Amino acid sequence: MSLQEIYQLARPLWTVWIFLVFLGIVAWAFWPKNKAKLEEHGSIPLNDD
Amino acid sequence: MTQATYMDAAPYQDDLVKKFVLAATFWGIVGFLVGVVIASQLAFPALNLGLEWTSFGRLRPVHTSAVIFAFGGNVLFATTFFVVQRTCKVGLYGGAALGGFVFYAFQALIVVAATTYVLGITQGKEYAEPEWFGDLFLTVIWVVYLITFVGTLYKRREPHIYVANWFFLAMIVTIALLHLGNNLAIPTGFFGGSWLKSYNIYAGVQDAMTQWWYGHNAVGFFLTAGFLGIMYYFVPKRAERPVYSYRLSIVHFWALIFLYIWAGPHHLHYTALPDWAQTLGMAFSVMLWMPSWGGMINGLMTLSGAWEKLRTDPVIRFLVTSIGFYGMSTFEGPAMSIKAVNSLSHYTDWTVGHVHSGALGWVAFVSFGALYYLVPVLWKRERLYSMRLVSYHFWIATIGIVLYITAMWVSGIMQGLMWRAYDDLGFLQYSFIETVAAMHPYYVIRAMGGVLFLVGALIMAYNFIQTILGNMRDEVPYEATGYVLARG
Repeated sequence: MSLQEIYQLARPLWTVWIFLVFLGIVAWAFWPKNKAKLEEHGSIPLNDD
Repeated sequence: MTQATYMDAAPYQDDLVKKFVLAATFWGIVGFLVGVVIASQLAFPALNLGLEWTSFGRLRPVHTSAVIFAFGGNVLFATTFFVVQRTCKVGLYGGAALGGFVFYAFQALIVVAATTYVLGITQGKEYAEPEWFGDLFLTVIWVVYLITFVGTLYKRREPHIYVANWFFLAMIVTIALLHLGNNLAIPTGFFGGSWLKSYNIYAGVQDAMTQWWYGHNAVGFFLTAGFLGIMYYFVPKRAERPVYSYRLSIVHFWALIFLYIWAGPHHLHYTALPDWAQTLGMAFSVMLWMPSWGGMINGLMTLSGAWEKLRTDPVIRFLVTSIGFYGMSTFEGPAMSIKAVNSLSHYTDWTVGHVHSGALGWVAFVSFGALYYLVPVLWKRERLYSMRLVSYHFWIATIGIVLYITAMWVSGIMQGLMWRAYDDLGFLQYSFIETVAAMHPYYVIRAMGGVLFLVGALIMAYNFIQTILGNMRDEVPYEATGYVLARG
């Protein structure tokens, strides 16, 4: 399959791809292992002066 | 590492932020004043004075540009420059030179734009009125602004880029795209016409769609993303609490970015725009409920454990009320984008009321909160001249907003119902002038609401002047619980 054919197959479904990317972001953000690291950033405004 | 070490290594450009704070206060008052003038013109047409330069059609863009771009723009410059330096723990890239260019060039652009509007030189595109030369000038300013912002992020000492900066950067980049996309115009001077007039390369429904792709995303990225950046820094800062959920702020950001850009067609319901595009705009607008309310919850819950500050700190009251208005107006907006609702609301004062609940309640209130925080910090004062005056400002402005938006709800819904009323024979029941006459009392109420909002801003300006002069009003400290108890 040429690159052009893959592109034409994938293009009409862009909403699906974007949605999958978004789900990936949500999964990453709420992954229990990432909690401590991410929540630490919430204090950045309090540590700046 | 201590603050002193950072300061020695790269002093913050706080003089620049001071200038933007003063400019924002000045243009805010000018913009609110012109708003009061044009609201009064709608109630009493004699105030048009019979002159072309002072007619409603020419002054209305002066009002909208002054409040959105002159006031809102200077607030965004002040807060982005303040926040990006502090959350990156590094001085501004380009220093006083590039920052100063952005300041003086932007103020000059405001004067040029307002002057051309009054003289009748305009593209006639809502919220994008400046002619091609103004557009090119803004492009230069905006590119320099982008360079200073990204340059500061690049040389940051803090490993993580704080979420407020994500919102700010999204605002800067998207506004650049919107500005360039919507202002692709050719001056008629090339064809022997005037150099003061241009025509857009799009025509008909393509022009309309490009205009509202621009118009709605100016709301979404300038007035929403930009001011959410302010919320994510100044609410935690003033409440002295970390962001309620940093993970929610990440989802809030990406949901807003992915959804907002598609909502523009809801400005063109029941027009020549293809039906599928209208429905697409409606669907994405309704989905925007999710990031809106996620963001509102995140902002409000940052106060958890510090709710008593609502009683003791009027600056927090401004910030928290602004988040409440953000939630309310972004609930109302998607509701109005539903085609069945829009068939009643479109072209009526309901839209005007909706815009002002967002502009006055959300954008202006979060800005006032940030400015009240910034002035004593920047001028190194112990506190503001008077917290009591902040409280007066809060209540006077809040009553003004309530008068404004309730008058426009009643007037707008009445107007929509009158337009669609038929008599027994199937004729329209009311002539247009009858709807105008019916709206008159609400126009008077709306103008009164505007006057209160302006008075509040004048109180703020007085408070700032006294604070900067180093004065402190002799008053019972607002935070003193004894006073609250004695009063209660």
